Amino acid sequence: MIRVEGIWKAFGSIQAVKDVSFEVSKGEIVGLLGPNGAGKTTTMRIITGFLYADRGQVFVKDINIEERPEIVKREIGYLPEDNPLYEDITPYELLLISGKIYGMDGRRFKERLKTVVDQTGIKEVLTRPIGDLSKGFRQRVGLARALLHDPSILILDEPTSGLDPHQILEIRNLIKELAREKTVLLSTHIMQEVQAVCSSVIIINKGEIVARGTPDELSIIAKGGNLLHVTFKGDEKEIRQKLQSLTFLEDIKFVGKEDEASTFVLRGPENRDIREEIFNFAKDYNFPILEMRREKATLEEVFLRLTGGEA
Amino acid sequence: MKRTILVARKEILSYFISPMGYIYLVIFLSVTSWLFMRGFFLMNQADMRDFFTLLPWIFLLFIPAITMKLFAEERKSGTLEIALTMPVNEWEFVLGKFLASFLFFTFSIFLTLIIPVSISILGNLDWGQVIGSYIGTLFLGAAYISIGMFASSLTKNQVVAFILGAIITFFFFIIGERLVTISLPQGVASVFQFLGLGYHFKSIARGVLDTRDLIYYLSFIAFFIFLTYYVIKEKRP
Ligand SMILES: Nc1ncnc2c1ncn2[C@@H]1O[C@H](COP(=O)(O)OP(=O)(O)OP(=O)(O)O)[C@@H](O)[C@H]1O
Ligand SMILES: [Mg+2]
Repeated sequence: MIRVEGIWKAFGSIQAVKDVSFEVSKGEIVGLLGPNGAGKTTTMRIITGFLYADRGQVFVKDINIEERPEIVKREIGYLPEDNPLYEDITPYELLLISGKIYGMDGRRFKERLKTVVDQTGIKEVLTRPIGDLSKGFRQRVGLARALLHDPSILILDEPTSGLDPHQILEIRNLIKELAREKTVLLSTHIMQEVQAVCSSVIIINKGEIVARGTPDELSIIAKGGNLLHVTFKGDEKEIRQKLQSLTFLEDIKFVGKEDEASTFVLRGPENRDIREEIFNFAKDYNFPILEMRREKATLEEVFLRLTGGEA
Repeated sequence: MKRTILVARKEILSYFISPMGYIYLVIFLSVTSWLFMRGFFLMNQADMRDFFTLLPWIFLLFIPAITMKLFAEERKSGTLEIALTMPVNEWEFVLGKFLASFLFFTFSIFLTLIIPVSISILGNLDWGQVIGSYIGTLFLGAAYISIGMFASSLTKNQVVAFILGAIITFFFFIIGERLVTISLPQGVASVFQFLGLGYHFKSIARGVLDTRDLIYYLSFIAFFIFLTYYVIKEKRP
């Protein structure tokens, strides 16, 4: 549905997007995840035709946006960052004007109006000036406008930013519901959002894509430096002493003690499964293992590691 | 074309939704009527010559006030992004805005017709000259609007748009004035005079519709509309 091929974009001396390429297939909900200034908004603006790439191309349904913008714009429903809206008019007026711009006739408009008003739940605010609405309703109005022409693709730039936790859940559910029939590309810097909503994640940092995969795949990518939580039956000091003879362990931390059990967190070298060695160790020294669990990196850790933050 | 009218409709709607539109009309009408009354009562003039002489100066402040928000507000609030990612192209967007300001301006001018109508009731009025002046006013106003719109496309600050619009308009107004051209060599002076906004206004206001004046205004307006188009196309966000 969306194919981005090697796009570059600079603002003066700032290289906002560097050689970004990716594809979004029909029915996917792809999350563009990255810290502030990563280039998410710039990428989305290029896809929607608001900005032109310095180099590279964007195809929407195999049509080049720069060559046929009128056609591509009809396929996309776009919610820009911070959801800009005309403050002085009402949601009804906004939708009416939008419907006309998309060339809808009266019947089609009525039909779509009813659908999007139901989907976004904005019936009660339809005739109040947009400037007077609460943030949650504003966001819904923005979504309603993006949905009105029934686009096959939704591009949502931080759709839940600035909302309270309750509203965030509502908007996420709405997005998931919409995604049943639409392809969605959304941006966020909140990890849980990606885990809660997206089928696929693209991590972008300093204008470059650093990883792409499902949320699960990505947590494997970043497993590096793997941690093992092990609970042995036995005395803490004794176990620690013996553990120190295992030279491959990079770190040994005692976490706690419960009756006769002592729990340690062991750090093994990257890309090496130490579970079997620990099992043999326990057998050799006769410290029965009561529990052993490998810690899986959360998406948050993946993100921080890939974007150079502290895990 | 259809979408140009839609853009204009939306813009005209905002002129009349906000109190600013009405405040503008009230102030504009008060100032113009006062100017007229002054001539009428103090100097016993039953014509509108003074009125039309002062109008280009009044417009220096009033027209940038009409146009300042056209694009600056869209830049500031970010709505430029929703407008231009809908199937509206830059030409439709710019022409629609121009049309809206021009119609609003024409409406305000229409309201001043009360003045010549009152005069004609009280005494003799040279309607030919008045109509000529009104036509000249519309062309002059359209030229000012095209400048003001261009100024508004450059910035997201409405005050900057206002000041810039007034300065550029002032420049194009005075370059044709005698005070400026008198010190210039003959050839340059006539070019300046031709480029000046006021010269053509006076010429139309005399009641003669010369094609040269029309071509001048139309190309002047087209030039600034094109500049605005260029800025909107290239300067984003
Ligand atoms: N119009 C502009 N003029 C100058 N620099 C810009 C402009 N737009 C973006 N940038 C710069 O480009 C880089 C990428 O910005 P972008 O807005 O795409 O990031 P983002 O990932 O959306 O960040 P955020 O999470 O803060 O929204 C940043 O360094 C930003 O300062
Ligand atoms: Mg952004």
